[in-house]
Amino acid sequence: MFKKSILVLVAALAVGVAYAQDTLKKVKDSGTITMGVRESSGVLSYTLGGSKYVGYHVAICEKAIENIEKAIGKKLNVQFQPVTSQNRIPLMQNGTIDIECGSTTNNATRQKDVSFANTTFVEEVRMVVKPDSNIKSIADLKGKTVATTTGTTSVQTLRKNKRAESLEFKELFGKDHSDSFLLVESGRADAFVMDGSLLAGLIARSKNPKDFKIVGEVLSVEPIAIMTRKDDEGLLKIVNATIAELVKSGEIFKIYDKWFMQPTVPSGAVVNLPMSDALRNVLKHPNNLPAEEFAKKVAS
Amino acid sequence: MGNWDWQVFCKNTIDGEVMPRCFGSGGDITYLQWMLSAWGWTISVSLLALVVAVVVGSLMGILRTTPSKTLILIGNAWTELFRNIPLLVQIFLWYHVIPSLFLPLQKVPSFLLVVLALGFFTSARIAEQVKAGIESLSKGQRYAGLAIGLTLPQTYRFVLLPMAFRIVIPPLTSESMNIIKNSSVAFAVSISELTMFAMQAQEETSRGIEIYLAVSLLYFVSAFAVNRVALFIENRVQVPGMIGGGK
Repeated sequence: MFKKSILVLVAALAVGVAYAQDTLKKVKDSGTITMGVRESSGVLSYTLGGSKYVGYHVAICEKAIENIEKAIGKKLNVQFQPVTSQNRIPLMQNGTIDIECGSTTNNATRQKDVSFANTTFVEEVRMVVKPDSNIKSIADLKGKTVATTTGTTSVQTLRKNKRAESLEFKELFGKDHSDSFLLVESGRADAFVMDGSLLAGLIARSKNPKDFKIVGEVLSVEPIAIMTRKDDEGLLKIVNATIAELVKSGEIFKIYDKWFMQPTVPSGAVVNLPMSDALRNVLKHPNNLPAEEFAKKVAS
Repeated sequence: MGNWDWQVFCKNTIDGEVMPRCFGSGGDITYLQWMLSAWGWTISVSLLALVVAVVVGSLMGILRTTPSKTLILIGNAWTELFRNIPLLVQIFLWYHVIPSLFLPLQKVPSFLLVVLALGFFTSARIAEQVKAGIESLSKGQRYAGLAIGLTLPQTYRFVLLPMAFRIVIPPLTSESMNIIKNSSVAFAVSISELTMFAMQAQEETSRGIEIYLAVSLLYFVSAFAVNRVALFIENRVQVPGMIGGGK
């Protein structure tokens, strides 16, 4: 019994220090790679129940893992580890996950702690309203009630826009995305400001998708990327090469089409979010600029 | 660890610039100011809910000890209804479900709804304690009161309640401290109190540890202040030689 506890302890310590090594060596030694995934991040990364995870980013990561297997000459056992916005960076730093394929915005603050592959998705923050409301842009929000979700960057975006345009509107904060959506559905809020892909997903899954529409100018653009450990050059190189390969062969457009334009598992709902020009552009000219610089580049 | 960044509280909430003197000007606020305002919301929700809870809870507790079967039934029903549904579910019932049945309730501010929801939830627990306090007194006290010609309300007012309330001060203190901690559910209905501040600010600044430490400290200070006030009251009103009167 005692010996067993020692073994467990040693194993735990080994995992604890593993993060200091380079990931390719780590996965080669252990024969296992752990993919950080999200329970429910639109169609970028979500669960089908049990331990099955799918989505646009998961599909790209699976391609990258095939290339990692080729590079180290060994078949890997792929494990999924669900992460949240709060724990994804610590879990990456302590070695629990090796590659994160969720919906993480690449920004300057996070780049101090982790690294990002080239941008594979561009999130455009917009708003959802009911079709009979006459809200068409942010200027129409004067005197209205606007919902957004606690713990997201959209709250900050909204605050900045409010300040810049000196608009007066009432803010409501949902505790999660479906809660914020419910605020619009029940008429407590006139609009819900959030990432476009999430809004499209919520509408697709709602009782009556025709009751909602996405309107208004793009309030902010954010590059979303696959996350790796800080300065893990070996792994980053393979992931970026995989992305470049997918773009060159045109396969990434097929993957995009599969998740964003076709019926998705399990409900058969169609997200119906055509690829934005910003995403098309960044796939053509790959970079991993953080959100702050990325936004400037898109604006110019 | 070791890489603390407490300057995060002096950052402006619009562009993240560190403000001199830690306070923004011209309508801009820093995270410190935001946190203080959030603390204000937490305290307001808690204190108002506590008033509701003590008033309603005492009333229901008293009803449950009266000789009338109807009044006992009302008191028991109230207590069981609010004690057996989780607090967060109750908040959602008040915020989403009931207003969709009675449309005018949609106009009621969520602050009021959360005060009532938290107050009623806690009132069930207080009712239970007040009832226990009254029942801990010997039956003779009630009979003595009635025998000297007091009416039932007078017996409660002058004989039973003065003793019963002294006995239940310690459990009431716990409830008052709980209400401060339970007020964190108010974030679910868009009250920008401390928990909502913590969730939002840690996302915006990526300094979760500093933010959560500061927020925990404020919760501790608030609950501890309530504890001290309750202790002061307990000492002031104690009757030497009686139950709960101590030394």
